[in-house]
Amino acid sequence: MSESLADELSDDAIMLNAPAADWRDAVRRAGAALTATGSTTEEYTAEMIAAVEELGPYIVIAPGIALAHSRPSPAVLNTGISWVSLASPIEFGHAANDPVRLVVGLAAVDHDSHLATMSNLAGVLSGDLDRLLGATNPEELRALIRENSQ
Amino acid sequence: MKIVAVCGMGIGTSVLLKMNAEKVLRTLGVEAEVEAADIGVARGMSRDAQIVLTSDELAPEIGDVPAEVIIIDNFFDLEEITTKLKAALPE
Repeated sequence: MSESLADELSDDAIMLNAPAADWRDAVRRAGAALTATGSTTEEYTAEMIAAVEELGPYIVIAPGIALAHSRPSPAVLNTGISWVSLASPIEFGHAANDPVRLVVGLAAVDHDSHLATMSNLAGVLSGDLDRLLGATNPEELRALIRENSQ
Repeated sequence: MKIVAVCGMGIGTSVLLKMNAEKVLRTLGVEAEVEAADIGVARGMSRDAQIVLTSDELAPEIGDVPAEVIIIDNFFDLEEITTKLKAALPE
């Protein structure tokens, strides 16, 4: 996995203004993008949904942002990340941070391989979310992410 | 001082929480070891920790540990993490 979040997000990993009916649908989109990049099998999407069913909507880690993920498993082929901005905000049932406007999908083969990207992600997402969500195509999004990665 | 950042799977939210907690501790000039843990091992790891950082949903799962359990709402809000850590740190 590359160290840079912008390099990691190929066109296949990005869905902008995606429609979603509910939180499961939103997580499914993040899973589909991970599968499209070859990072995971479809089974991983089911594992991400099961994680929320089991442990609650704790993946909504900041206002408007969900980090969909499960644990390393046979369904993870390569460590990878996906970025799905939602056409309309979706309720995940989180007390403080609903509704969700961005779902970041994360798959990791182990506990260490993705740390540089996570550090990059933390920096980028502490910035202006509205600006990131304003991106209308993948190239624009990558440029905004690079800008926020300085 | 030992601090444990807890999430469900141990690869995502706890890693972000650990990174931002380390950033805050550096700014505060506090020496502490921060470890990321999934909920399965969190209870064991929290036994000899002073502080546990986690989210509202997972806090009840950690159960009764000697450590002070701090709930963080916004994992990217360094101000929130700073305020809550400061309140829990020994003088």
